[in-house]
Order: sequence, then C-alpha cells, then structure tokens
Amino acid sequence: MNIVEKILARGSGKSSVAPDDVVFADVDKVMMHDVSGPGVLKVFDKLKKQGISVDKLWDPTKVWVAEDHFVPSADKMSAENIVKLSNFTKQYGIEKHFKYGMGQYGICHTISHEEAMVMPGDVYVGGDSHTNTTGALGAFACGLGHTDIAYVLLHGNIWFKVPETYYFKLNGKLPDHVMAKDVILKIIGDIGNDGGAYRTMQFGGSGIDEMSVESRLTLCNMTTEAGAKNGIVEPDQKVVDYLSKRGATNFNLVTGDSDAEYSKIFEYESSEMEPMISKPFSPDNTCVVGEAPSVELDKSYIGSCTGAKYEDLEAAAKILKGRKVKIRTEVLPAAISIYQRAMENGLLKIFLDAGVTVGPPTCGACCGAHMGVLAKDEICISTTNRNFPGRMGHVDSQTYLSSPMVAAASAVTGKITDPRDLL
Amino acid sequence: MRGNIIKYPRDNIDTDVIIPGQYLKVHDYAELATHAMEGLDPDFHSKVKEGDFILSGKNFGCGSSREHAPIALSHCGVKAILALSFARIFYRNSVDGAFLLPIEIDQDAYDGISEGDEINIDVSKNEIKNITKNQTYKMKPFSEIIGKIIAAGGLFKYKPDQD
Repeated sequence: MNIVEKILARGSGKSSVAPDDVVFADVDKVMMHDVSGPGVLKVFDKLKKQGISVDKLWDPTKVWVAEDHFVPSADKMSAENIVKLSNFTKQYGIEKHFKYGMGQYGICHTISHEEAMVMPGDVYVGGDSHTNTTGALGAFACGLGHTDIAYVLLHGNIWFKVPETYYFKLNGKLPDHVMAKDVILKIIGDIGNDGGAYRTMQFGGSGIDEMSVESRLTLCNMTTEAGAKNGIVEPDQKVVDYLSKRGATNFNLVTGDSDAEYSKIFEYESSEMEPMISKPFSPDNTCVVGEAPSVELDKSYIGSCTGAKYEDLEAAAKILKGRKVKIRTEVLPAAISIYQRAMENGLLKIFLDAGVTVGPPTCGACCGAHMGVLAKDEICISTTNRNFPGRMGHVDSQTYLSSPMVAAASAVTGKITDPRDLL
Repeated sequence: MRGNIIKYPRDNIDTDVIIPGQYLKVHDYAELATHAMEGLDPDFHSKVKEGDFILSGKNFGCGSSREHAPIALSHCGVKAILALSFARIFYRNSVDGAFLLPIEIDQDAYDGISEGDEINIDVSKNEIKNITKNQTYKMKPFSEIIGKIIAAGGLFKYKPDQD
C-alpha cells in the first residue's frame, strides 16, 4: 500500500484498502473556521429540528478552531459570526480556539503546521478546501463541507472513497530563483484544473527531499487547484525536526510500502523549472514569467496560506531589500508567529522601508471578502491560490498568481517581472 | 423529476462565481439564494424557477469547500445539476447535505440539451429524456455509496451499520 492507503486502512480498521474502496475512517483531528463553523451550527440547528441530538461532540479534544476569513471583523455580520464561534467552542468545551487579538492566531492551514495541530499519519479533515496543505506533514488531510464536518463532530468518522494516487517526482534541487509555487503552477498547468480530481497527489524524489517543510506545504496547498482529494509528502527527519521545534513529541511516521502502487508517475527536473504565473481566470492558465503579457499592474499581494509563510516573506524581503515598490503592495503574514519572526529578523523593516503596507493575518482579500479587495479592471499579482473571475474582488478585476519572489519583483517594477532581473 | 434547463456551456464553473466570497459570512439560506450565480449571470435569480436544472461542462463547482454553493442553488429551486464532471467537494456537499442531485452526463446529452428544454430525469433507469426534442440520453449511474446516501435523504439519515 502507499502512504494514503495505509493511513486510511488504519483509520478504518482494515488490514488493507485499495483505490475505489469506500471506507468510514476514524478522524484524528478536525478543524473549522469562522465561515465553516457558523455553517456547521446551521446544520446542527437543522438536525435539532429533526430530533437528532447535538448536545455533545464525539471528542472536543480532537477539534480545533481558527478565526481567519473575516478577521478583523469586516462588518456587523462577520463580527456576529466570531461571537457565534466563541459561544460554540465554549458550549462544547473546545479548548483549542485561536482567537484574533489574543496571541497566536492566523490562517487555519498555517496554524495547522505552526502549532503542530496535525501529526504525520493522522486522518485530518477541515471545513476548508485548502485543508490539503497539511498533507506536507505526512497526514491524510482533506477538505469537507459543513454537513460532513458536522457529521465528524458528532460521529468521529466520515466516509471516503480511497483515492488512486498520482506520484509527482521532482529530481534535483531547485535553482535559487525558483520556488515551490513555481513547481506547483507548472504541474497544474500541465494536468489542468481537474487533472488531479478525486485523486491523491503525492510528491517525492530528491527535489522534495531537498525542500523545506514550508515549500512542501505550498505544493500540497495548491493540489486543491488541480481538484485533488489530498496532497501528501512522506514524512522525513525534516518533518520530525519541524514539529519537534513546535512541541510535538509522539510521531507515527507512516510511509508507503516498497511495492506501493501509483496510478501514474510524473517526472520533473528541477534544473528545468522556471518562475511561473497563472494568468486570469484560471490556475491552470499558466506560462513562464518570460512569456507573461505586458500588463500594468495595480497591486501586489503577498499573503494567504499559500504564500505568506515565513520562508515566503523571507524570499520577498530578499527582493525588496533596499528597493521601493512602484505599485500598492501588501504583505500579510499568515500567522502571528510568522509576523513575530518577521519582526525579530528585520523583515518588517525591509517591507516598511520599501513602502509596503504590512497587515494582520487574514484570508480577507484572497477570497474577495474584505481588507483590500480589487476594484473593476484592477490587475493584481498575488501569492494566493486561485484567480477565478471575482476571486479577489470585482468580477472584472484580474489576478495573476505567482511565487512570493515574482510578486515582490513585480511590486518593484509595476510589471510582471522575473526575480532574476533583480537578484 | 421533471424541469427546464438553464444552460451554461462552459467548463470550470467555480464556487467563486456560484456564490462570491463576500457572502461567505451569510448563513441565511434564503438570503444566499438571492446571490446565486451572481459572479457569472446577474440575471440568474430572475430567470430561475422552482424545479429547474442547470446544465454545464467539466469540473462544475471547483474551488472552495463552501457549502453555500449547493445551498444557494437549491434554495433558488434548482433540483439537479447536469454536468460533464464535478469537483469533489461540491459533489459530496450536494449529496451529503441532500441539497440537489449532481448528475454526470455524456457529450451527447451536453450537446443535445439546449437552454429552456424540458427534460425528465429517471434516476432508477439512469436515463434523461428530452421532452422538448424527443431525445433520450444516458446518465452516469451513481456509485453505490452515493446512491445509498441519496436514497436515505442525506448523510445523517444514512445508516452505514445496516449495510
């Protein structure tokens, strides 16, 4: 069995599983945020009316909650959702609630790794499509909707069809000007928005071994954009070190068997990788930066679970150091712990000196909700994950997706720019 | 199940156009319905009728996990989406929450059915009949688990232990 089959077999109490088997797997961790949490509450209300008891959760210690989409509260309705979420966690005895304005908080997927909320080998589900991110720690990490999360909260398990696995092998270390974001944009461009649909996208090879845990998180995060059920990397010493630093002690390092099967293997050479972008209006509409259209950008956005981890900020700062931005540029670290490290290590000063506005962790503009959404006809280069029509604001705005280095280089010139021009 | 078709002949209709991100804070189902398809077709709300079906191309519902998407469509009266393929979270949200039926069709049905056509969907026969054009197409049968959850009326009414 491969790693995902082994995790789902263990979770469903079976000695083995194979692609297309339907299993009910026990869940080790479940996450919801200020959008999916109130959504789950609506499901609970519906269940109560049907006479189904929602008095107790199966295990509140396995549930954790983030505030990210509408913080700082955008308006009265989003403020009320945050209150509802607080009442919910209090009522059900959920202790791990990362609150805006109270120390560590941030985008749920970033908290999942920054706070070691999820362990290798876990079956982890979250009420958000980018739950796939956390597969970089060697967990089966999968996004679900409100009804399914409500089901998990009450039953502790959920059905899955065991996915077939596409294995993406990356050979060799990436060049300095190429980031994991470029690799995943290249892959999505090759296989398409539904190229990984219903499947696992697993990453391996010497290029992945060389990569930091944060880079692997970027890869797994964007598997959602290829329609994948989950993304995963087999855990290694880097994952153990990463989680140990964050207080984790017990590890169950599940890896695939030597005769593990994959339905398809894709091979990429790191040396051939180049800085990439996705043009509007689809993540699979990719090209190398060298072939980018000559557009006048209005804004550069360095934020989100995809593109505002510490290493993302560090890469952007390398470009922005000693330079001034030519267009509106925002940096929003994805969690307070990252914000703090960025302050301690001088990155915030580099950003502020360059003219960048540094904001609090939020999903805000990435999903077109608030805090810097785009106007009609505005064009943005962004380290986020999606660029469908209206994703970051007005339906006639445009978003180009890129790595933090490309977004920073483009902020300096006002045009889509290869970081090699400024390194 | 009988109804009329609203056709969007394109691929990758994503959740950001089905229900834009600014409405994620809304959890009132009737209010969500007033914003359905706002990112793609501002006239959708005025043209949709109780019992209608939407027909579209590949990868319908891709993007976010927001259950708001099937909720908004179902509370406009949409009973089924007919598409060449579906994104996985939209598909399972539709079924597990018992909001609407996601029906996978083939190219013949996609090409043959036009905006406004009246069709009848017979899930027991995996058959779609175009009453307006007097044509019949096959639908892809539901997998076993999906069929059972639909028959039960959603995930919470489905009893896996009785299998």
